[in-house]
Amino acid sequence: MNETATLDIPVSQGDEDRYRLKLGPQHPATHGVLRVDLELDGETILDCDPQVGYLHRGFEKLAEHRTYAQNLVLTDRLDYIAAMANNVGYCEAVEKLLAIEVPERAKFLRVMVCEMSRLTGHLLWLATHALDIGAMTVFLYCFREREVLLELFAELCGARLTTTYTRLGGVRQDVTHEIMMKLDTFVDDFPACIEEYETLIDTNRIWLKRTIGVGQISGEKAVDLCLTGASLRGSGVDYDIRKHMPYAAYDQMDFEIPLGETGDTYARYRCRMEEMRQSNYILRQCIEKMPPGPIVCDDAPDLVMPVKPGRKVEVDTSARNGLIKLIEDRDVYMEGDIYVATEVPKGELGFYFISDGMGRPYRMHIRSPSFIHIGALATMGKGVMVADLIAIIGTLDVVLGECDR
Amino acid sequence: MEPIRIAEQLQGEFQASIFGINEHRGQVTLLVDRNVIVKIISFLKKDHKMNHLSCLCGVDNKKRKAAYRERFEVVYQLYSIENRTSLRLKAQIPESDQTIDSITSLWTGANWLERETYDLLGIVFNNHPNLKRILTPEGWEGHPLLKEYKLRGDVEWKGFEELKKKAVQLRQFDFHNAPTAEEAGSDE
Amino acid sequence: MGKINNDLVQIEEGISFIPGASAIVAPLNKLINWGRAGSIWPATFGLACCAIEMMVAGAATNDLDRFGIIFRASPRQADCLILAGTITKKMAPVVRRVYDQMPEPRYVIAMGSCACTGGVFDTYAVVQGADEFLPVDVYIPGCPPRPEALMEGLIKLQEKIMQEQGRWSQFA
Repeated sequence: MNETATLDIPVSQGDEDRYRLKLGPQHPATHGVLRVDLELDGETILDCDPQVGYLHRGFEKLAEHRTYAQNLVLTDRLDYIAAMANNVGYCEAVEKLLAIEVPERAKFLRVMVCEMSRLTGHLLWLATHALDIGAMTVFLYCFREREVLLELFAELCGARLTTTYTRLGGVRQDVTHEIMMKLDTFVDDFPACIEEYETLIDTNRIWLKRTIGVGQISGEKAVDLCLTGASLRGSGVDYDIRKHMPYAAYDQMDFEIPLGETGDTYARYRCRMEEMRQSNYILRQCIEKMPPGPIVCDDAPDLVMPVKPGRKVEVDTSARNGLIKLIEDRDVYMEGDIYVATEVPKGELGFYFISDGMGRPYRMHIRSPSFIHIGALATMGKGVMVADLIAIIGTLDVVLGECDR
Repeated sequence: MEPIRIAEQLQGEFQASIFGINEHRGQVTLLVDRNVIVKIISFLKKDHKMNHLSCLCGVDNKKRKAAYRERFEVVYQLYSIENRTSLRLKAQIPESDQTIDSITSLWTGANWLERETYDLLGIVFNNHPNLKRILTPEGWEGHPLLKEYKLRGDVEWKGFEELKKKAVQLRQFDFHNAPTAEEAGSDE
Repeated sequence: MGKINNDLVQIEEGISFIPGASAIVAPLNKLINWGRAGSIWPATFGLACCAIEMMVAGAATNDLDRFGIIFRASPRQADCLILAGTITKKMAPVVRRVYDQMPEPRYVIAMGSCACTGGVFDTYAVVQGADEFLPVDVYIPGCPPRPEALMEGLIKLQEKIMQEQGRWSQFA
């Protein structure tokens, strides 16, 4: 009795077996700075309470103080694993708000970089998810292919992770012949690589035991939890923004949306693997169909060097160290709001803008899939084993940068 | 059904609780009374299969140039996966009473979105199971997304002040970074 | 006896080899620093974007293992903290706690603009540079730095360790 009396936390009667564990924020298996407060009975989780905000940088506040073009760099740091997809999502939203039409070639380039970043995202997901479950080799294999894609990004725009490749009204740089040749080789080789990953884990008894039946959710429940992306499609709900509200050149692409049936970790794994094959197929189409033409529209209100001379750009030296002031007499800067969603590797990334006629957003809200997925962890983590919680965190595919914003 | 038709139907159903309908770039927005928000959304969810909550966020209208109705708004972006239609609702919240009913009974996933709105804008959600700060640390003062809140913050978070003090104290145990007599003197 | 002294073979500055005796004469400082510089064990501590590049540096292409750099999951077994990413005010006390758990000698590398200066995030929630609450040894610029830049930072840290004097006893 004396021993229990010295415990710091008061333990209520009948709860003596319970154990409170704070997992994170410094934990290798939580994909960043996620903290999960657990209440355990032995190894079973009775209560699961994820804590986020350790990477909250104030994106939405910062965006209100910058112009639309300046905010583009922030989107790289949202989901830093697939920055290109974020760039495209942001630009699609702003372009719809300001009614800017993007040239056809830029649309295809966007689809191309989007799918490349989907591959990098899924490769990193597979690497870390497998690493968490105990398959170290997959990590090394995935990073091998990921490196090829990152070096292609670097060749395309000069940066590996934080790309800022798209521009309002187009993209920054055109692809060279070498990049297309390299991508072509990659697309040829990649399906064999996917098979290679599958031989490593698909027949592995440990992998199957740790994924089948773990973190199972029905389609109804997944919609109730507001899940999107492969986490939702693994439960059999057919919702992919590329098909539902096609953006860029997705309406001209031929691809399928893989759906799972069982809604467990294994189904989501299968979904994402299949998605990689589809992405590869889309890349193949991009290479074949890439139309010629300009990559930026003529009246892009951006920091791109003017294509035609005579574009009105004045330098506002008084306010902010010579930032280029956006032309405010355009009718596009009108009062209004818009919500545009795009399909990033994690799920539905939505941007909600309110414009009040200035060159900068009055309010920018980011609907980040990871934030909602971690919110779902509280429900999904109840009643499972601690080891399964790690598998569930892995399968939800979260990035804390996007979650906390 | 077209979003604008749904909006008109809602106006017929809820009459005075709908303050207005507007359309911008093909997206339909309804300004609604906060008291009927749960009713309207459950109606949409049931009758129009708007089963996906895309987005939920708060807006502070204080510095808005255009005319606005109330200072705060909570924006709900709904989508029907089956019918592929979307609709936006804006619940009006006066500054004097910053509360609105929670929709966690309709979507479990709304839980965190509402907590975020509370954290960043100070809008209180009635009947929310666990309404506390989520992104900012405990003991944070103010709500960052309010228009009068400065970008670099109004007051330093006291946890960080404590940390900086602790960092100076702990330096005496370091091998090579121990504070010089000058620095130690200036701290006291 | 004087004959032995004449036969000392100078291997490096301050380090001599005694032929026939299979022995090396060197200051303890050099020996300890050499051992430390060749086995930097950083704590696995990813904060944001830079953590991904840190992972790439540890993966097959760049392979940090060949420098004796092995990532440790527990700060108690680590002697180097790589601050890879943005440090927010909410995270700062945790970072400090991880640092406090590490045994001496310990080193800190601030990787990326955010850890060095706060980067683009000059907002209410972000610490403007890790040195506000931690002694930082090496700063690596870049947003994020390439894995090669991280490697150079680690080599710079090795150089710094090699020049240390008596960081193993308070009486030295």
